[in-house]
Amino acid sequence: MNPVTALAWQPPKFYTDAVNTVLGSAWAVVLLSIAGLVLMLRFYRIWTRPKIAGAIGGAAVLLLAISYFDPAFRAIAGRPDNIPIVMMVLSVAFFVWLAFRQAALNDERLEQGLPPREAEAKEAEKTFVWPDLVYIELIALILFSVFLVVWSIALKAPLEQPANPAKTPNPSKAPWYFLGLQEMLVYFDPWIAGVLMPTMIITGLMMIPYIDRNPRGSGYYTFRERKFAVSLYMFGFLIAWVVLIFLGTFLRGPNWNFFGPYEPWDIHKLEPLTNINLSEIIYLRIFGRGMPAHWFPREIFGILLVLGYLFVLPVLLARFVPLFRSLYERLGNARYGLLMLHLLVLGSLVIKMLARWTLNLKYVVAIPEYFFNI
Amino acid sequence: MADEVKRGAEGGGEDPGRRRGLFAWLRSTQIWTSVFRHGPPDTPRNRTLAVMSNVFLHLHPPKIRRSGIRMKYTWCMGGLSFFLFLVETVTGVLLMFYYRPTAEFAYADIVSLREDVPLGIMRELHRWGAHAMVITVWLHMMRVFLTGSYKPPREFNWNVGVMLLVLTLLLSFTGYLLPWDQLAMWAVTVGTNMARATPFVGHEGPGAGLLKLGDINLVHSGSDVRFALLGGRAVGPAALLKFYVWHCVAFPLAAATLMAVHFWRVRKDGGISGPL
Ligand code: HEM
Repeated sequence: MNPVTALAWQPPKFYTDAVNTVLGSAWAVVLLSIAGLVLMLRFYRIWTRPKIAGAIGGAAVLLLAISYFDPAFRAIAGRPDNIPIVMMVLSVAFFVWLAFRQAALNDERLEQGLPPREAEAKEAEKTFVWPDLVYIELIALILFSVFLVVWSIALKAPLEQPANPAKTPNPSKAPWYFLGLQEMLVYFDPWIAGVLMPTMIITGLMMIPYIDRNPRGSGYYTFRERKFAVSLYMFGFLIAWVVLIFLGTFLRGPNWNFFGPYEPWDIHKLEPLTNINLSEIIYLRIFGRGMPAHWFPREIFGILLVLGYLFVLPVLLARFVPLFRSLYERLGNARYGLLMLHLLVLGSLVIKMLARWTLNLKYVVAIPEYFFNI
Repeated sequence: MADEVKRGAEGGGEDPGRRRGLFAWLRSTQIWTSVFRHGPPDTPRNRTLAVMSNVFLHLHPPKIRRSGIRMKYTWCMGGLSFFLFLVETVTGVLLMFYYRPTAEFAYADIVSLREDVPLGIMRELHRWGAHAMVITVWLHMMRVFLTGSYKPPREFNWNVGVMLLVLTLLLSFTGYLLPWDQLAMWAVTVGTNMARATPFVGHEGPGAGLLKLGDINLVHSGSDVRFALLGGRAVGPAALLKFYVWHCVAFPLAAATLMAVHFWRVRKDGGISGPL
């Protein structure tokens, strides 16, 4: 990394140290984000009030501004190619607010037996595209063009050394929008993180209109009327996509080691790798004997666990957990099965993260003979 | 004929007290009336004609629910995504004038775009526009989801949207390689390495060993999907050319076609969604 000149003022060390400690590992970042999401969904009527949201947003922007005075932070977040990611995080935050604010207002109206704002007579009335819409489009187009031109003048597109197949940079990173998937590589082999996950993201998105049969909440913002759908989508988009991209971009340095937001990327940082497989935990630690030579007895427990998780668990949930039972009753076999498959694969990411953090678990099923590791 | 033009230009019921001076004169010239076949858009009839008689504006219906044009409802994100696609097309074509997709010239051409073109910001516009488009498409998708706009009758258009999302990412990814610098080569190496692990058809994927003729493995590093993708075992000149063609021809055409379908369907599905 290029050494970055220190500025006259830097954020106080007790603050940067505290943040580096709290956000001291990938799991801390992910768990805190999940906690944040839960709070956000639980209290959406409160924090979306303009004054509170404004205060939170202002504080976040101030914090970001202060952070840029930290040399380690600036070295990463100040790179031209990383600026769009900062903008992405800010704009996602803004639009999540805008959507949930309108949902909160509509939900209040729905509770009082009123229709959502979008259904009011004056909103439902038809208006002329020319000029009402055409002018909005024109203004948006001009403003956005100005924004793009200013951005392009202010920030030169980066260009590194010529391509050299003999010189691998460390870290080597995929384009930023795929860094969530690259982060998944910490927990899964490429066939899952790089092939299965993207495929299931696409199939999952495509299935949404056919699985979500809830007729309410069509054509207006609401949370109350579609809590499950909205929560699931926000989890997928905000946590499994945006937060992982953030993590992969700003907090993963050389050797894909984790670095706190204000921690300089030290290429010599060593992270002990003592991860073990489930089969080793079972045979060596629990049974206290050697590993079987053949992969089948060795991995049978892991295989059963995975099969049970994917195919038995949905059945049990549908029987014994009210939320899933009502889902099952509404959706029927095919829809429920597909939904659960996607849901559980998404959930496996969190489970694998937790297992890595608590048990140093590497693979649940490890059959390197067939490149089949889970 | 002249009569018709005149009728159009006067466009029924216009307040005769307004529109004097230069602009009014301009509107009465034969050139103007030959282009715009309707009078000033200040009557319902002419506002309708303004949209209906223009092939581009005709993407819109003449009238639309008020809730559907609110910025706070659509965030204009679909429109911005489309606008950025157009920006990418124009700046991309300009870049093509300077850029040769060979290992010999690619990097040098980018350097000269940087160093030799006075006031050149085409590369910047193209790159930042691409980043921005990825973001606006995600935000657009989030708005469509949160307004439940994928619900019947818009299920299919949501899926057209998902395909557009994939194409947007693929466009961005294939473009990433073209500067042919270290960032480009290694980002694409990391990305395409995943293809090695594709089940059955990648040489390090589960089940790769199953496809065999006698003792001979059919799926190996010189025959798997990654090889097909890159035209070689590593990211090299063949990959550069392939990505260039995907990036400049195949994906933009596919995206433009799907966008036509997407916009068409927005209208056919009843315009921007609103409460039923
Ligand atoms: C290149 C990408 C895309 C472009 C240029 C685009 C453009 C547009 C435009 C201009 C509209 C009109 C309303 C608005 O602006 O919100 C629209 C509506 C819509 N888009 Fe997209 N879109 C894209 C990607 C997507 C994606 C990724 C999805 C979802 C997966 C999607 C699903 C829809 C749906 C369902 C509607 C109808 C919404 C309604 O009626 O309220 N689009 N799109």
